[in-house]
Amino acid sequence: MADLSVNIGDLHLKNPVMTASGTFGYGLEFADFVNLEDIGGIIVKGTTLHPREGNSYPRMAETPHGMLNCVGLQNKGVDYFCEHIYPQIKDIQTNMIVNVSGSCPEDYAECAARIGELEHIPAIELNISCPNVKEGGMAFGVTTQGAEAVVKAVRKAYGKTLIVKLSPNVTDIAEIARSVEAAGADAVSLINTLMGMAIDIEKRRPVLSISTGGLSGPAVKPVALRMVWQVAKAVQIPVVGLGGIMNARDAIEFMLAGASAVEIGTANFIDPAVTVKVAQGINDYLERHGYASVQEIIGKLEA
Amino acid sequence: MKKFILDLTVSASEHLRKGYVLLKLTDSRPLPPMLPGQFAELKVEGSETTFLRRPISINYVDEEKNEVWFLIHEVGDGTRKLGELSEGGKLNVVMPLGNGFTMPETPDERVLLVGGGVGTAPLLYMGKKMAEAGCRPTFLLGGRSTADLLQLEMFRALGDVYVTTEDGSMGEKGFVTQHSLLSQEHFDRIATCGPKPMMMAVARYARAAGSSCEVSLENMMACGLGACLCCVEKTVEGHVCVCKEGPVFNINKLLWQI
Repeated sequence: MADLSVNIGDLHLKNPVMTASGTFGYGLEFADFVNLEDIGGIIVKGTTLHPREGNSYPRMAETPHGMLNCVGLQNKGVDYFCEHIYPQIKDIQTNMIVNVSGSCPEDYAECAARIGELEHIPAIELNISCPNVKEGGMAFGVTTQGAEAVVKAVRKAYGKTLIVKLSPNVTDIAEIARSVEAAGADAVSLINTLMGMAIDIEKRRPVLSISTGGLSGPAVKPVALRMVWQVAKAVQIPVVGLGGIMNARDAIEFMLAGASAVEIGTANFIDPAVTVKVAQGINDYLERHGYASVQEIIGKLEA
Repeated sequence: MKKFILDLTVSASEHLRKGYVLLKLTDSRPLPPMLPGQFAELKVEGSETTFLRRPISINYVDEEKNEVWFLIHEVGDGTRKLGELSEGGKLNVVMPLGNGFTMPETPDERVLLVGGGVGTAPLLYMGKKMAEAGCRPTFLLGGRSTADLLQLEMFRALGDVYVTTEDGSMGEKGFVTQHSLLSQEHFDRIATCGPKPMMMAVARYARAAGSSCEVSLENMMACGLGACLCCVEKTVEGHVCVCKEGPVFNINKLLWQI
């Protein structure tokens, strides 16, 4: 067995496989299929200061090798999370990480501060890249000024590991990554979904209730991989790679491109046990190539 | 109920009518307990345009043969690929998912099960479980034409069967809610599955008649586990996942204008 452990800031992961927010519930939904403690980190559903009903149905469209969603950050708010969800997940022996979103820097900071009080939540992932909400979300992640403003506000309010999730819907993602690094992020994760659209030609209407949505799944993987590679070269902080990872080979590609860890998202819908299979597959690759530790492959893409 | 990822074996694939395939699946180990109204997520292999699993309701469970049945209506490439499976083939299934229909509280309750098209599928298993509990359900089954009415012999073995077709080729002509049975008898409990306009009409009838009524929704799903929040229905409790809180809902929980 190779050493699969990696570090993201102060966060120690037993293996580099995490779950992407919004695709794995609070982990509990998958407890029948996998031993949650075999996953390096579980990033739970996006949480906001106030409850959100999300967008109307339909919220999903299947597309070639992927899917669009426009859930719109449906969640019961941070108070509900702290009172009702946290007690159910706090004893799961892995890194339980909360994805935090908001509509203004103050909301992000207050929500992060509340999560910061929870002993067994060692990190947050800041979502400045949700394409499905009108206010906030991606609006902050598409300019360096917006990204900096949110990250600075949260950094003041939150002392533990701060991962910032970046939007691919930008001209130069490396520039955004550098700005959040300068604003105090401990790590960046990328990519969030790519904005897309689907049309029902019989009804001559958009399939999704708000017309557009975020594309995920293997369809986005080459774009995600390229962006992870660019960002890993641009920043000193760890990079977490995600976007269409379906198996260990995909995960290893991201790590060779410079990701210290990966997140698995949409693949959980196809195979609810995929996370542990990816971790096992990374181990098999390391053993096959004679690496003692997964850290030996991070960013080791041959020029 | 504990959920499983199972690699099941096709014990039979029966092309009942054009566009409808009955898949009978088995396993070397005993299948998990399943409730009428629950569903499974079936993995589709070899389809260029299909990425997600297909949620399909549990049609019937044959405990003696250790079989679970799925009635597939071939409407797209994914369901067509499922229909191409043949005996001995493998199918990866996540199940059982969601909540089932409420069983009658006493054997003498008058229960009507209303199905439209492929929506009749879960009512067969419901009828079986009711029969086991000593109840005799009444089935009201509708289709566009005779060709859309399936498994009638099995339904007849479990209860009284009434039929409507839109073209009048079998039973009474028209929609299920126009059947003369509904003006002649009172039912304590109604369960329905089928196209949404049909279920809304059934719900309207049930409310007017003072019958308890459950409907089985089939909002577009991705995960089937309550994780992605895509298949939501607006209810008195806000948006809830059809896959996890449903697919069976009491009509009093929904915000349907009926």
